[in-house]
Amino acid sequence: MAAKRKKKLGLKQRYSMLTRGLDWETSYQKMDDVFPYDNYEGIYIHDWEGWEDPFRLTMDAYWKFQSEKEKKLYAVIDSFAQNNGHLGITDARYVNAIKLFLTGVSPLEYQAARGFTHVGRQFRGVGPRVACQMQALDELRHVQTQVHSMSHYNKYFDGLHSAPHMHDNVWYLSVPKSFFDDARTAGPFEFLTSISFAFEYVLTNLLFVPFMSGAAFNGDMATVTFGFSAQSDEARHMTLGLEVIKFMLEQDERNVPIVQRWMDKWFWRGTRMLSLVAMMMDYMLPKRVMSWREAWDIYFTEAGGALFKDLERYGIKPPKYADIATKEAEHISHQAWHIFYNYTHAAAFHTWVPDKEELDWLSEKYPDTFDKYYRPRLEYLDKEEKAGRRFYNDTLPMLCQVCQIPMGFTDMDDPTTISFKVSEYKDDKYHTCSNGCKDIFDHEPMKYVQAWLPVHQIYQGNCGGSEMEDVLKWYKMNLGADNLDYNGSPDQKLWDEWQAHRTKV
Amino acid sequence: MSRIVSITLQTNDDSRPIIEAITKDNPDAVAKYYPGMVKIDCEGRLVVKQETVEEILGREWDVQELQLSIVSIAGNVDEEDEYFELSWNL
Repeated sequence: MAAKRKKKLGLKQRYSMLTRGLDWETSYQKMDDVFPYDNYEGIYIHDWEGWEDPFRLTMDAYWKFQSEKEKKLYAVIDSFAQNNGHLGITDARYVNAIKLFLTGVSPLEYQAARGFTHVGRQFRGVGPRVACQMQALDELRHVQTQVHSMSHYNKYFDGLHSAPHMHDNVWYLSVPKSFFDDARTAGPFEFLTSISFAFEYVLTNLLFVPFMSGAAFNGDMATVTFGFSAQSDEARHMTLGLEVIKFMLEQDERNVPIVQRWMDKWFWRGTRMLSLVAMMMDYMLPKRVMSWREAWDIYFTEAGGALFKDLERYGIKPPKYADIATKEAEHISHQAWHIFYNYTHAAAFHTWVPDKEELDWLSEKYPDTFDKYYRPRLEYLDKEEKAGRRFYNDTLPMLCQVCQIPMGFTDMDDPTTISFKVSEYKDDKYHTCSNGCKDIFDHEPMKYVQAWLPVHQIYQGNCGGSEMEDVLKWYKMNLGADNLDYNGSPDQKLWDEWQAHRTKV
Repeated sequence: MSRIVSITLQTNDDSRPIIEAITKDNPDAVAKYYPGMVKIDCEGRLVVKQETVEEILGREWDVQELQLSIVSIAGNVDEEDEYFELSWNL
């Protein structure tokens, strides 16, 4: 190989030229007035230069690699649409996972762009400021590419037509929405702990890695390509999450208990939100890569274990209730699916009872719990449906004041008893689904009493009217198409016609 | 307790030489293949060396080209012009 042209500056120096010495100490305004948010959370920073940038991506390299990623991605998106890629997926039931993704997850990318744009202004240290601004650009790219990719499915399938409106209003989408609202209304250091560390570093692998591999396994070329393209940015974001934690912990020991509490809080909120992903993996992928339980073992128990061992030297412990969350991995996908099976007449995607082969797979993957608690219930629901009595629950559920999930999850040591906690604040009672959510409420009740809880809002008459149908129309749902069981849906009819045509030729 | 560092890459034409280089430079690394991706685990430390990837590719390779194939990582990152390293503090 020919001798290489050596770059004049090393990578560390090049990155330092980008991120250091660009800012200045203000003279006629107080620094605290220019950066009003970065010290009210109680985090002490003595030396902003102590910030280390693990991925040293300079602007020229950033544009170069991002544009290359975009070219590859859009070649696939175009080709997927041009060649009717939707015909190649394993089964139309799969598209329901995409509906949940577009309405529940993609708008979070936009929320992340807003959040990082905000905190990218608020740190007085230039290192974290540049990192946050670059991440904001990534997040905007993610929402755009996801909408572009999934728009192809909107041409053929129901439930994909009004994602932003649904995200802001529909009952189950308040779970992911409120997660990000909570993070964005916190201070900048808590925001980074919640999104960059707890979500991106500790938990995002559970969403993007095995689920996207599942998309590949189910023939969804568009989703796996945007998923992995986003995830290639995510690897950088993860290092930002770890760096902000180490930065806070190294700056002052008074930061340790604050960081620990944020980790506890956001780990728990994250696991609650991921119950949606758990059911996507166990129930909505016709061909499965791994169970939620297996994904949890790899990405939380093993990877998280090594991470928290690394943070031990700062006095940080694994998140409170990590043991409960690990127990939940045996139950949560089944319980979440059951909640949606109950309320799928009020959801913009379909549910169903898994077929026998799928039930057998779940029995095999969950030998200690599935046959004992969940299989008999699904078989009963199947029998009822076949007898013409498909069960829909017409009573609105009570929601957890913090995670906003219907209070249908059980005590993990007693999986036939609903977990139900009560707090009092200013003479009113507030209900939470778990000790994890109760701790969060009790620490900041003045924040969580303001939660926009969809069921309360419906009963107060703020959601289109007093009948279920009024509310669903207010959600912009096409009744009889977007909602109800997969069996008998227009999606199923169309898919079956395509399949019949395929066997004919 | 094991202290696994990990890198997940897409399985495509860009990443194959990188996967080969990682396996060569980290004899203890274990590659697990899933649909569309490969997760490479290694106890304590794992390094991607520019030199090895260039030998396999037969052209110059910028370590930051890793950006095009990477899916996920676990471990503290150290990145320089010549290498990309993941490690836990042992």
